[in-house]
Amino acid sequence: MATQQTKIRWGELEEDDNEDLDFLLPPRQVIGPDENGIKKVIEYKFNDEGNKVKITTTTRVRKLANARLSKRAVERRSWPKFGDAVREDVGSRLTMVSTEEILLERPRAPGSKVEETKVAGDSLAQLGKGGAVLMVCRTCGKKGDHWTSRCPYKDLAPPAEGFIDKPAASDTATAAAGSGKSTYVPPGMRAGAERSGTDMRRRNDENSVRVTNLSEDTREPDLLELFRPFGAVSRVYVAVDQKTGMSRGFGFVNFVNKEDAQRAINKLNGYGYDNLILRVEWATPRTN
Amino acid sequence: MRPILMKGHERPLTFLKYNRDGDLLFSCAKDHTPTVWFADNGERLGTYRGHNGAVWSCDVSRDSTRLITGSADQTAKLWNVQTGTQLFTFNFDSPARSVDFAIGDKLAVITTDPFMELTSAIHVKRITRDATEQTGESVLVIKGPQGRINRAIWGPLNSTIISAGEDAVIRIWDSETGKLLREADKESGHKKPITSLAKSADGSHFLTGSLDKSAKLWDVRTLTLIKTYVTERPVNAVALSPLLDHVVLGGGQDASAVTTTDHRAGKFEAKFYDKILQEEIGGVKGHFGPINALAFNPDGKSFSSGGEDGYVRLHHFDPDYFNIKI
Repeated sequence: MATQQTKIRWGELEEDDNEDLDFLLPPRQVIGPDENGIKKVIEYKFNDEGNKVKITTTTRVRKLANARLSKRAVERRSWPKFGDAVREDVGSRLTMVSTEEILLERPRAPGSKVEETKVAGDSLAQLGKGGAVLMVCRTCGKKGDHWTSRCPYKDLAPPAEGFIDKPAASDTATAAAGSGKSTYVPPGMRAGAERSGTDMRRRNDENSVRVTNLSEDTREPDLLELFRPFGAVSRVYVAVDQKTGMSRGFGFVNFVNKEDAQRAINKLNGYGYDNLILRVEWATPRTN
Repeated sequence: MRPILMKGHERPLTFLKYNRDGDLLFSCAKDHTPTVWFADNGERLGTYRGHNGAVWSCDVSRDSTRLITGSADQTAKLWNVQTGTQLFTFNFDSPARSVDFAIGDKLAVITTDPFMELTSAIHVKRITRDATEQTGESVLVIKGPQGRINRAIWGPLNSTIISAGEDAVIRIWDSETGKLLREADKESGHKKPITSLAKSADGSHFLTGSLDKSAKLWDVRTLTLIKTYVTERPVNAVALSPLLDHVVLGGGQDASAVTTTDHRAGKFEAKFYDKILQEEIGGVKGHFGPINALAFNPDGKSFSSGGEDGYVRLHHFDPDYFNIKI
């Protein structure tokens, strides 16, 4: 008979708002955590209008460290709060996890030593007169430390007018610049534009090599090790899955010199690496 | 890594200390309440109320039952770690700066600042097992060096006390007689005030950070210079990894000049150096002011930094960190 009592009569429920209807809901469901540490919690509840809503919370469970705690440390875990921490309300949010991913920023590409760039018959090498330093900061004049856009002293320096004031390399440039320094001169029209514009692109794209069919546990240092024998490498990148932290099987390598990149492609395309056959090609389809 | 931000202090941080098991983190700041946090998730466990001035440093006993703090209110206090109650107060005539428990927790060294007519001093106090029998008497008082002593710690077997401070000279004292045993020579030593001093996990060497933009590694017995790490900014805090051959330097420009520049130019990062090769490994950014305090978890898998911005940032290292190669 008791079971008969708990059975709900729908007519009564409609009228009685205060009654706790939680027992009507499907039970809470916990799925996971799966091998990627993704855990799903599915809960059901009534919202203010009395409608049934399903709440799915997806969290990622990460093991931060192998916690091998001493007995006393475990005991301390259950110590009651004291001092100001007693009155701490949940909303005070004293402790937060940074929304920003902070990395240990390497001063150089991992694995590479400070090294002078190769002086080849390359136009890029000629660009840095004297051959040794490619990077010259236009703001603070420091050589080889950083690019102009990354200059840490950018805000300290007076607004740089240097490259506008410079005598124009050709007459066409001045003509295009119009009435002098006060007007805006687009970067493409500035003195020495033909040089910087094209070279900039060369540096970013053309010496970039795409490597595909990498094995899952290939990391940036491995790739660097593989490509470094061909010449100076300015950047190595391996695409990593945000969720799983596993490599997605492709990456990019930027070379300082075009010739080195070409040699690397010739040599490594079709090369067996970690029992997979690598595919190495220019990152952007070549026009010529 | 995603650091855990702990905003429990309203004023700049001054000191951080892990207990021996590495599950608790004690933080001191220029506000008057030292705080204890769980070192894994950054949850606040409690605060130690009672000081009436900036708290400059602290130390926790090996069994994590007692805490000693030194404060600018001219006292050093002993606390019960679990309940936050005061056990004893050592009164001085000038601000207490640095505190350090000896091995075995039977003695403590406390330094006091120069104040009015008084010179700086190093006091050695006996710590009794039972707090009710505790007295404020000093076993030994060492006076002599000019300027503030920023840090004084115990040497091996409690036989020596190592002190460093504003006069940029590192001194080793006999902890029984108070006699000066060694002094770092002027040539290899620091050129500007020493701000911080940290012992290695095994106690065989120690690291000093100075406003002369360098940190130096010294042998604890012979006081010979082993390594020098050069950076671009004054060093306020140093820490040695107990796990890897890494040292961490924290600093940034002077607090008074901070607002004049962008935070990127201020270099408020914790810089990692290879201990042996003296080469920079990398930097961890995030603070909006100079880093005043650094501490490594005794397991070497996480570290925390405290800044002028009032935040403690607790970093659990990514797995990549442990196979970094230069």
